[in-house]
Amino acid sequence: MTSDQSPSQTIGPMYGFALCEEGMDRAVAPDDPHAVTVTGVLLDGDGEPIQHPDALIEVWQGEQFARCRTDAFGRWSVLVRKPAQVPPLPGGKAQAPHLNVTVWARGLMKQAQTRLYFPDEAARNADDPVLALVEADRRPLLVAERESDRVLRFDIRIQGPRETVFFDF
Amino acid sequence: MALDANPPYLFPEYLITKKRSPERALVELPKGWFHTTPGPVFGQIPVLPGDDDLTIGHAGPPQGQRLSLTGRVLDSDGRGVPNALVEIWQANSAGRYTDAADPGFMPLDPNFTGAGRCLTDNDGNYRFFTIRPAAYAGPKGTMFRPAHIHFSLFGRTLSERLITQCYFAGDPLIEHDPIVNAIPDPKGRERLIAQFDAQTTPLMSGGDTSALAYTWDIVLRGASATPMED
Repeated sequence: MTSDQSPSQTIGPMYGFALCEEGMDRAVAPDDPHAVTVTGVLLDGDGEPIQHPDALIEVWQGEQFARCRTDAFGRWSVLVRKPAQVPPLPGGKAQAPHLNVTVWARGLMKQAQTRLYFPDEAARNADDPVLALVEADRRPLLVAERESDRVLRFDIRIQGPRETVFFDF
Repeated sequence: MALDANPPYLFPEYLITKKRSPERALVELPKGWFHTTPGPVFGQIPVLPGDDDLTIGHAGPPQGQRLSLTGRVLDSDGRGVPNALVEIWQANSAGRYTDAADPGFMPLDPNFTGAGRCLTDNDGNYRFFTIRPAAYAGPKGTMFRPAHIHFSLFGRTLSERLITQCYFAGDPLIEHDPIVNAIPDPKGRERLIAQFDAQTTPLMSGGDTSALAYTWDIVLRGASATPMED
């Protein structure tokens, strides 16, 4: 049996004029007292940055949504709030606060879907039912690093020894 | 294991996939977990009146063959997806994007930008007015692409998020295109090809807003896209 689904195709490099507008990299106002910058680099299988204009990153949770491109160094950055809580899974299982992160890129034939968990939530992360499905030694790859008070770092490696954990979608 | 209409991440004929393809197996969540995960809330992406007509908003009409491109956005059960955000972008009739990333071999059209948005209606219908984009060659060492319009769709859930490309029936480049051919199932490739619709095209009525009508339905991956034996 095959599905009637319309197949995915790469985003290509020339989407910026259509998909990116000023301010879309912010899910919250810049002066929001709870705003957190989430930033990182996007790396290919050789550890090389996937540079502008090739990659688009989308970050969302609840009412928040932000999208941004990587720059000339493969860096990306969005302004969000850490969600206080996220909806439970079907069946009522609680989840640790997290952000959904989607990677689109030239040469990426369909999205790469991952999750960002927060470094100050060790206890809730330990109980998270989705993290529990990930091999224990790969779970830390899904937890952002605290770079400073208001900055979290989340590097994404598409391929290679420390490949980011991606989920079926 | 669900049969997947999507291309694999790695398709060596499309060279750049070699270093941009995840190699570890995707972590599969129990059925229903992701399919009920809400998709991005896209309300901050503005959809304004006229955003579905790429032929207006400039001093004059764009160069090229006018098209109306219509269709339905469906879930995997064949039901229309209402209120889905559809974003499109395309080259002009010479094969040039207005995007700064375009190599600039072909001329810009001062009367064409090439980006549009709309929301599907209650039955999942969408409609764009635009011009047919040209096929174009990329920088040296890259492929000659068939004419295409890029589509980005937000449905209701995470699994209804899709970015794809719409091709046009009769384009001889389609069968040679590595990006198309990365789709394993020939039926899947056909699903990305818009068809000329003689019924809807005003073949006998003329007028300066006459457009060739093309239709193209989009089926998003939803809960029942997984095999029945699951």
